This record gives sequence, structure tokens and C-alpha cells, in this order.
Amino acid sequence: MKLLWFHLMPYTELPDDFREKNSSVWVDIDSKLFKPERAHRMYNEFMDELEYAAECGFDGICVNEHHSNGYGLMPSPNLIAASLARRTFDTALCVMGNSLALYNPAVRVAEEMAMIDCISGGRLIAGFPVGSAMDTCYAYAQNPSMLRARYREAHDLIIRAWTTEETFAFNGRYNQHRYVNAWPRPVQKPHPPIWIPGGGSVETWQWCAEMDYVYAYLSYFGFREGNATMQGFWDQMKELGKDPNPFRAGFLQFVGVAETREEARKLYKEAGEYFYGRCLHVDQRFTNPPGYTTEATIRAKVTSMMSLAAARAQVFAKAQEWDEILEKGYVIIGTPDEVADQLRNVATTLNVGHLMLLLQYGNMTRDVTQYNTRLFAEQVLPQIGDLFDNEWEDRWWPQPMPPEARATPHSLSQAAAP
Amino acid sequence: MNPVERTVEVNGRPCRVWEAGEGEPLGYLAGLGGLPKWPPILDKLAAKRRVIAPSLPGYPGSLGHDLLDDQFDWALAAEALLRGAGLEGADLVGVSVGGALAAEVAAIWPAMVRRLVLLAPFGIFDEAEPVADVFAVRPKNLAQLLCADPAKFAALIEPHEGADDIETKVEQARAAEAAARMLWPLGDTRLVKRLPRIVQPTLILWGSEDRVIPPSYAHRFAEAISGQTEVQAIPGAGHLADLDAPGPVSEAVLGFVN
Repeated sequence: MKLLWFHLMPYTELPDDFREKNSSVWVDIDSKLFKPERAHRMYNEFMDELEYAAECGFDGICVNEHHSNGYGLMPSPNLIAASLARRTFDTALCVMGNSLALYNPAVRVAEEMAMIDCISGGRLIAGFPVGSAMDTCYAYAQNPSMLRARYREAHDLIIRAWTTEETFAFNGRYNQHRYVNAWPRPVQKPHPPIWIPGGGSVETWQWCAEMDYVYAYLSYFGFREGNATMQGFWDQMKELGKDPNPFRAGFLQFVGVAETREEARKLYKEAGEYFYGRCLHVDQRFTNPPGYTTEATIRAKVTSMMSLAAARAQVFAKAQEWDEILEKGYVIIGTPDEVADQLRNVATTLNVGHLMLLLQYGNMTRDVTQYNTRLFAEQVLPQIGDLFDNEWEDRWWPQPMPPEARATPHSLSQAAAP
Repeated sequence: MNPVERTVEVNGRPCRVWEAGEGEPLGYLAGLGGLPKWPPILDKLAAKRRVIAPSLPGYPGSLGHDLLDDQFDWALAAEALLRGAGLEGADLVGVSVGGALAAEVAAIWPAMVRRLVLLAPFGIFDEAEPVADVFAVRPKNLAQLLCADPAKFAALIEPHEGADDIETKVEQARAAEAAARMLWPLGDTRLVKRLPRIVQPTLILWGSEDRVIPPSYAHRFAEAISGQTEVQAIPGAGHLADLDAPGPVSEAVLGFVN
């Protein structure tokens, strides 16, 4: 199994009365709450944390894309990933966004991701989300009725830009180019592994199967809510004649580890309540613009409990109190042994080979984050790290250049010096 | 009154045309949400004229909004639909989103429209006096945004007796998507560039309580249109004034076109 350390980069100083005084954490969040000098500190701490996770031995570190969002300070994950490429050596760099329809021309995504892949010596995982309605349709003004078609076309253009040897012309519905010639091109051939973060739509599952991409279900609501969705995914794979290789899937889970369960309970309470209370306070008027949900998915939602559960799970937390957050499994806490047992159970029940872990959430401080990260790496990771590895091959993991062929950034060679 | 229903193909997709009454044809392009039902205003108009109400692509009874990528596609589709419905050279009423397209057709193909009535048309956006975001509304707040009397809109979208719940939801979602496809994100279709081409006599109606497009926009339209214009407020009515006040709106329309 692969364990990835995921950072959302939440603004950590939203006021205590944020829910009462504000209508939304997203789209029209009050800009007066943003203090650039504080964000300076947050960015640097968050990047320290990602680098620390790499040092601790996680298989991958993960960043994503949000816009006008109080719990996601990464409008451009590529900027962060470029920095991480220079500060890490073996760790996979999982960029769980670029929302493809937002980039005009989409060739820009092919170029920037190729840059990251070149700088890192082939360690990039290319995440291609459609993107949330809040990010794409409201913050970035994309037409919801055209978003998915634009996304698919941008995907086709990027793949062709990465894999076509000659300069070519592209005459799409939304993109017209006389000359497409990505320069640079990715180290990984034919291109970096592609992961599709998605909700519970049948069309996305079918497309992942057809294209042989990883489907990553990034819910904030843990394995209990996620179970129905992942069951739907695997049923679909079976129907399409695909093997149940757990590395076809990724899943997000919040975790808090400590020496005792009681200590974990105390230690992560504030950060957990901050996230589920303040960070997920999204105005519902921004969640479902006309056309964002396809007619097929509307029909499926009305007819199936499975999709209803998945649709609900997108943004709204049904629990904001710590006891209930734990009870519903949004956050898994406990001793290293308890957490290892629970995650083994999650991975085998949901059949997911890529676990994306949120070990920093809400307003968790750097000290607590590093404690959580270190304890997990030292005592949980060794217990579950080899799950699935003997039975299944991970064909969706980066294939970097051999270490001896890779450049060592000056900062890393200095750090290694006695 | 029960309308006669027929189908016109636009870009190879079926579009519903409703017709009732006798006399000179009077075209009617409905507003946001389209016409899931035959509304009271059309009875009033059909008492005096042969009312023909084509449903634009994506609105109830019609498909094909997904083929339309830009404003030129929409204008061509509206023109083809009006022509197919037998409305070439007829008087034309356009409401809200239908008003934006009625104005396009009158501007680009002057022979298509005799006298033009625009009721709270979309198509312009002024940052100093913005149009409301009709695409960021919780479902429960939509009726009160669109109508001064929310019950009027609720009655229009209430499923028919025995209607399939799922298909009713899909039809409403599709109509909302069709509007978003043309109007996202601001409702500005750059119509203002083409308004000077409108030479037809034009009546501009606006609900005095329109919470979507400020009633002051009536004068922006009136100033930009080259034909003789007349602006009339519909007191107490909201954005879909034809639903709120079918009596005053039909009187104003019939008084102007007859």
C-alpha cells in the first residue's frame, strides 16, 4: 500500500464566531479575515510540514487546488509542488489538481506538470479533477453547462501534447491551436500516472476504467460514508471486466495518533472541530449550479441511495462536535496500534491501495502536526505499509529516473553533509 | 384553454410549439424556467390573437441546448425556431431570457419581427447596478426571487398530476442549465452592441418589484434601441411579471401590438 501525506493548507486563524458571522468559507469569504503577514507564516510552516512528511518516509506528499477558499490556500498547487521538488528526493509528488477546464490554453497544464516532472526527476502524479462548483463555476466563472466537456477536451489536448512527437494542430470545440508542442516534456513515459479525484458519479468511474486511471475519492467524511461510494466503484469495475487491483483506487482519511487514545482525543479535538465547524461552512447556494450535475447523475441520485449518500458527502458535515465527528469516523484517532488496525480495516474493506492521509487539519499547529506525522511514520506506517504489495502491482505509481542519474539540489547536498 | 402542440426541429433536436386562439399570430418566448405548463397570461393573449409559444432549446418540451456554444448559436437557434413555428414577420413578445433572444432576432433579422415587446429582458450587466445571481440561489429561495408572489412561480413548476417525479426534476434542471449556458456568469450577452440595429417599434415592460434585473435597465434598452420605444412599469410585479400580473401585462401587450 502507498501512504500519502496530504495538505489542504487551511487558513488557521478564522475567528471563533466565524460560522455565526459569515455565510461562507468559500467563494465570498470575507477578505478582511485574510492577513498576508500571517499567511506568510502559514505557508512556510505548511511547506515545512510537507517536507517533514517526506523526511519521515511517507511514500508521497500531496497538494491540491482551491480558489477563494478559507481552508485551501493553494490556488496554484504547482507552485508548492515545484518548491517541494527541490526539497525532497525520493518522495512522490502528488498534485491532486489542476482543474483542467480552468486553464486557457490547457497546454499550460501540460507544460507546468512537465516542468515539475523534469525538476523532480519523474516523481509527479498528475491529478486531473473537474473541480468543485465553488472553485470552477463561481470563483473562476466557468460555465457549468460546458465545464465537463471543456474538462474532457483539455484532458485530450494535454495527453496528446505529452505523447505526440511532432508539433500538431488541435481543432477542438473549445480549444483551437495551430501549433501544439509541449516543451518541456515529462520524464515519465508515456506520461506521469494520472489520478482522477471525483465524487460518486458513474460516468467518472467508467471513464477511469476506460482510460486506466486511478479513481481517488476525496471525501472529508471518512470510511463509513465512503464505503457505499467505493462499493459502487468496485461493482462498476467488475461489470466492466476490470480486476479488483486496490491500486486502481485512492481514498482520503483524517487521522490523529498519540500515545494513548485519551491523549489523541484531547490533542486533536480543537483542530477537528475547527475543520468541520469553520472550514466546511459553505453557503449551499454555491454548491449546485445549473448544469454542474449531469442529467444521468440527477436520475441516479433520485433513484439510488448510494449516489444520494455520495452527493451529500461532498461538502456538508453532518457533525461538528468532536464526539460525533469521531463516532461517524470522519477522523480516526488512537494509539499507533489502534490506528494501524483501523486503517488496515479501511483499506481492505474499501479495497484501496492509495491512502491519502490528512495529519494536519484545521488550525493544528506545526508542533502537533509534526508529532502526529512522526508517530504515524514510525509506528503506524511499518504495520500497514506492505499491505497488498505481494498480491498486486501498483501500475499507477511514478517511475522516477534512477537515483544515481538524478541531480541533487544544492540545499539537499548541504543538508546531507556532516 | 388547451393549446395545440406540435414539434419543430432545430439543429436536429425536437422543440415544442404550443398554439391557441385565432387571428394574427403573436409569438411568445418565455422567461427563466420556460413553460412547464400553459400559464394564465397565454389564455388572456389567446382570447384576442393566435398565440404561438415555441419552447427554446433546453426549456420544457425542447432539447438541444447542449449544441449551442455561443450567442450566435443561440440567436440562430431562436430564429430557426420562430421560423419553424410560423412566426416569420409576426409580433413577438420576449420575457427575461426569452427577451434577450427576441431582441437578438429583431436586431439581426429585422424582417422576422413586426412589433417587439420585451418584458424584463436579460442581456445587459452594469457593475454599478448589478443583475442578481439567479444561478446561486437555494431552491427554496428561487420563487421569491423570480416573482413578487412566490406562489405564482411555485404553481408553474408544480408537477402535473401523475407526472414522473424524476423526469420533472430533470426537466427543471435542464431549463435552468439552458439559461445558465447562455447567461453565465453575469447575464451579459453583449446584446448592447446590437440593440441599435433594432428598428421595430418596441414596448419595454418591467415589473416594478423585479428583484433580478433592476427596473432602471428599461431605460438602457430604450435608449439603445433605434426604433420607437415605449417604457411601461407593471406595478407590484416581479421579474416574471407575466406570471405575477397576467392581466396588466396582457393588456399592455395587446394594446401595443393591435
